[in-house]
Amino acid sequence: MALVLVVWQVLVWAKVTDSYKLPAPSAVWDEVSEAWRQGTFLEYIWTSVSRGLLGFLMALVIGTPLGLLVARVKFVRAAIGPILSGLQSLPSVAWVPPAVLWLGLNDSMMYAVILLGAVPSIANGLVSGVDQVPPLYLRAGRTLGATGLRGTWHIVIPAALPGYLAGLKQGWAFSWRSLMAAEIIASSPDLGIGLGQLLENGRTANSMSMVFLAILLILIVGIAIDLLIFSPLERRVLRSRGLLVTH
Amino acid sequence: MATALAKAADATTSVEYAARIEHVSKSFTTPAGRQLVLDDITLDVAPGEFVTLLGASGCGKSTLLNLVAGLDQPSAGGISTDGRPALMFQEHALFPWLTAGKNIELALKLRGVAKAERRTKAEELLALVRLEGAYGKRVHELSGGMRQRVALARALAQDSKLLLMDEPFAALDAITRDVLHDELTRIWRETSVSVLFVTHNVREAVRLAERVVLLSSRPGRIAHEWTVDIPQPRRIEDSAVAELSVEITEQLRGEIRRHGQH
Repeated sequence: MALVLVVWQVLVWAKVTDSYKLPAPSAVWDEVSEAWRQGTFLEYIWTSVSRGLLGFLMALVIGTPLGLLVARVKFVRAAIGPILSGLQSLPSVAWVPPAVLWLGLNDSMMYAVILLGAVPSIANGLVSGVDQVPPLYLRAGRTLGATGLRGTWHIVIPAALPGYLAGLKQGWAFSWRSLMAAEIIASSPDLGIGLGQLLENGRTANSMSMVFLAILLILIVGIAIDLLIFSPLERRVLRSRGLLVTH
Repeated sequence: MATALAKAADATTSVEYAARIEHVSKSFTTPAGRQLVLDDITLDVAPGEFVTLLGASGCGKSTLLNLVAGLDQPSAGGISTDGRPALMFQEHALFPWLTAGKNIELALKLRGVAKAERRTKAEELLALVRLEGAYGKRVHELSGGMRQRVALARALAQDSKLLLMDEPFAALDAITRDVLHDELTRIWRETSVSVLFVTHNVREAVRLAERVVLLSSRPGRIAHEWTVDIPQPRRIEDSAVAELSVEITEQLRGEIRRHGQH
C-alpha cells in the first residue's frame, strides 16, 4: 500500500503525464474530505454495498436450491447444468442492456444483473462441492439411515461446504462486478449515487481525482467484504476439519 | 399345552437369525463381459453369533457385506436381516464436520432417539469403547485407533441386531489392532449384538470368531467352515489359535492356488 503511494507520488512529481490524467494523491484525498464534509462519502459506499449485499443474498437464496437440484437430480443436471456453466463464462455486463430494456432504469434492473452474474457461480460452486463428496460418506450416511432429504441435509450439504463456500466467495466477486457494471452504464437521478455512478460522474465531469476515488473505493469494498465475511468463514470451516495447516 | 402353543407361535413370529443369506449370487458387468463375483452363497448368522468371513483379496467378501448392508442388490437369491444392520468400514468414515460425540449423536438422531437423551447415550457409548473425554474432539485430532473406536461407537449407536465389519482394523498397526480385538470381544460379549466380520487375516479371524467361513475366489463360494471353540478371552498368540490358523491357512492357500490368480 505504502509502496503504491510512493510510486504514485514519484510519478506525479516526475510529471510523466498531465495532472488531469494523473491526479496527485493529495488531490484524491481532497476529494475524500470534500465528500466527507458534504456527508455524501458514506452514502456513495452504502448505496452500492447495500445493493451488492442484498443482491448477493438473493443470489444465495436462489443459487443454493438450484445448485442442489442440479447436483442431485439427473435430468435437472442434463437440462440446465450446461446452461449454468455457460452463463458463468458470460461477462454479466452483457446483461445490462437487456435488463434496462426489460425492467427500465431502476433498482430491479440492478438486482437482475447481479443475479444473472452471481447465481451461476453459487450454484456451480455447490455442484462441484457435491460432486467432490467422498462416496464413503454417502455410504456411511446410508447405513446410518440418512437417505433422501435427510441424507442431503445431514451428509451432502455439510460434506460439500468447502466447495460451496468457494462458490459463495466467487459469487460475491461476481455480484460486486455486475453491480459496478450496471451502475456505470445505467445512471439515472432516481437511482441515487453509488460507486459506479460516482465513477461515471467523474468521467463526465472530467475529474480524474473523482475517478480515482471511485476506483479505490470499489476495490476496497470488494476486498473488505471478502476479508471480513468470506475468509474468516472459510478458515473456520477448513480448520475445524483439519484441512488448514496453522503455524 | 397352552404354553407349548404360545412357544410355538413365538418361534414362528420371532426371527431366529440375525442375517439369512440364501443362494445369493452377484455378478457385475465389466468391459470384459459379465463377471460372476459371488456364486450361490448360503449362510446364516445366529442372534448373538460372531462369524468371520475369510478370503483372499478380491474374493467378493466385501461385496457380500455390502449386499447384507443393503447398499447393493444381489443378482439372484435373497437376503433378510433382523432390522437394518450397522456397518463399519476399513476407513473410519467419520464425518469431519462433526466432533466425535456429534458423529455418534447423528446416528442416534437418525434412529429417532430424543434430543434430551442423545448426549448421555453418546457419552455412554464413548465410555463403552474407552474413549471417555473424547466427546468434543474433532476427527483429525484422533489417532487411527481412536477413530476406529469412535466408528465402532457410532455403529453401536444404531442399536442394530447385526454389526457388519469390513476389515475395520486392517489399516491399524499390530499393537493397536491387538488391543481393539480385545475391546471388540469384550463389547460383543457385553452387548448381544451379532457380528459378521470380513477379513483376509487368518489369525484375526480365529482370534475373534465363533465360526470362520472361508470364501474361495473367482467366483466367491463358501469353501469351508470351522467352528472355533477355543474359550474367550483368547490371545492372538495362543497356541490353539495358532494351530487352527495353520490348518485354515493351508486350505486358503489351496483355494488361491486352484485359481492361480495371485
